[in-house]
Amino acid sequence: MEYLSIVFQEVYKILFLLVPVLVSVAMIVWLDRRVWAFVQKRQGPNVVGPFGLLQSLADALKYIFKEIIIPSSSNKVIFILAPIVTMTLALIAWAVIPFSATQVLADINVGILYLFAVSSLGVYGIIMGGWASNSKYPFLGAIRSAAQMVSYEVSIGVIIINVLLCVGSLNLNDIVIAQQNMWFVIPLFPMFVIFFISALAETNRPPFDLPEAEAELVAGYQTEYSGMMYAMFWLGEYANILLMCAMGAILFLGGWMSPIDVYPFTLVPSAIWLILKILLLFILFALVKAIVPRYRYDQLMRLGWKVFLPLSLIWVVLTASYLFYFNLLPVN
Amino acid sequence: MIAHAIFFYTFSIIAVVSAIMVTASKNTVHSVFFLILDFISISCLFIMIGAEFLGMIMLIVYVGAVAVLFLFVVMMLNVAQQKNQWFAGQQSSKHIPVGLIISTLIFVEVIIVIGGWKYKPEIFDINNSIAQTNISNTHSLGQILYTDYIHVFQISGMILLVAMVGAIVLTFRQRSGVKRQSYIKQISRERAEGVEVLEVQSNKGIKIDD
Repeated sequence: MEYLSIVFQEVYKILFLLVPVLVSVAMIVWLDRRVWAFVQKRQGPNVVGPFGLLQSLADALKYIFKEIIIPSSSNKVIFILAPIVTMTLALIAWAVIPFSATQVLADINVGILYLFAVSSLGVYGIIMGGWASNSKYPFLGAIRSAAQMVSYEVSIGVIIINVLLCVGSLNLNDIVIAQQNMWFVIPLFPMFVIFFISALAETNRPPFDLPEAEAELVAGYQTEYSGMMYAMFWLGEYANILLMCAMGAILFLGGWMSPIDVYPFTLVPSAIWLILKILLLFILFALVKAIVPRYRYDQLMRLGWKVFLPLSLIWVVLTASYLFYFNLLPVN
Repeated sequence: MIAHAIFFYTFSIIAVVSAIMVTASKNTVHSVFFLILDFISISCLFIMIGAEFLGMIMLIVYVGAVAVLFLFVVMMLNVAQQKNQWFAGQQSSKHIPVGLIISTLIFVEVIIVIGGWKYKPEIFDINNSIAQTNISNTHSLGQILYTDYIHVFQISGMILLVAMVGAIVLTFRQRSGVKRQSYIKQISRERAEGVEVLEVQSNKGIKIDD
């Protein structure tokens, strides 16, 4: 019986985390389209509900009632598994995100490694979908995204090492608390810029959305998907984008801490601060989508391997020597 | 304790079954997917014995990078169409002795390690290092790797680097006729070298590039 009560408590907590995440994914799709439209002097979705807020729900309803088509020559098990993998991986990563010093589902020692591992597993949903479709365009999209995501993971990993040098712990709460005096975005600003651009590439957002470049590959790895399975790919993609924003907020923008530690700001719950920071980063993501034209594939690879990787490696050496010289290394 | 046992047996059964399926499945891409499943369940087992750093690194390095490249190669070479004919074909039977020798060697090694750990536990000194401190295992790994074993650690890094450079040198070849883009050239182009204004008389025309 005790086991059962523990299990129920945990399920409660998980639902309390997952339902808001899923709802905010739906809202964020609306926000994305809205920002995109405003940059181009359009209105965007504004018909369903106040300000068009319920547009995503209407879209979801439409997807539910559409037919799911499974190509006859596809590899059926993997074809069905692919969107499930994408969605699951995008959601399980939220377990370690701290919303305040105590509000975290799993406060594990290696939180940042867990986040990194889950985001690097994200490529499997795409590869599986592209391969199992047994069709040219999805396969090309999958191959492209495999190479792209592996390349940009490397620089994200090196950037994380930069932050970890200043923190001395892999725990996400420790990383947030280490930024009490100064957010890492100030001393590590070049790394923040590189992280942001790598996050764009890692989540296949424009200008790096080559895996689904509609001008060349129809819809890339999603070409053969329809109905709810397509919607799951789509939701997983946006949940991943939110996750990368949360990662950026925790690593560089002070996580759940208020920007100024004085009276009226400290009244605001810390979860609100984290959400505001995630939103700020997401609006930047949406603006980039509207402003920047798509990269060519060789330029993308050049940027990842020849620019970002050496830069972030040099910055690791710089950070380490600075911390060592001024005796600031976090030793416990 | 019961929950621990349930999780342990679940993960280990998945690991063993998927390891068998890696060799037994007919489609090569399926084999790689089973290999990934195997890696994931092994890293779950690592996390269960408290080696969370190892487990996560296993996920990042093997599943996140190595297996992706595996899949990449298997898909690109299109070996998925060639069926795995281990049990049916006669050609593959000449590899069986080599495989048997290697697997016997690995089996003997495992027996030695497990037997030693069972009957001479003082050799391994695991209990001391766990009991005396309560620092996280990332810290303890770092403290051992960067002090006592720094030379071994650096040498293994150098070996990996040399292997990488060697692989690049072996496969690199200069191809002629490839047009490369040079940003500096493009940006520093002047109007004078790109455009030329010519006087053309009517009804006469002009010859360019001779």
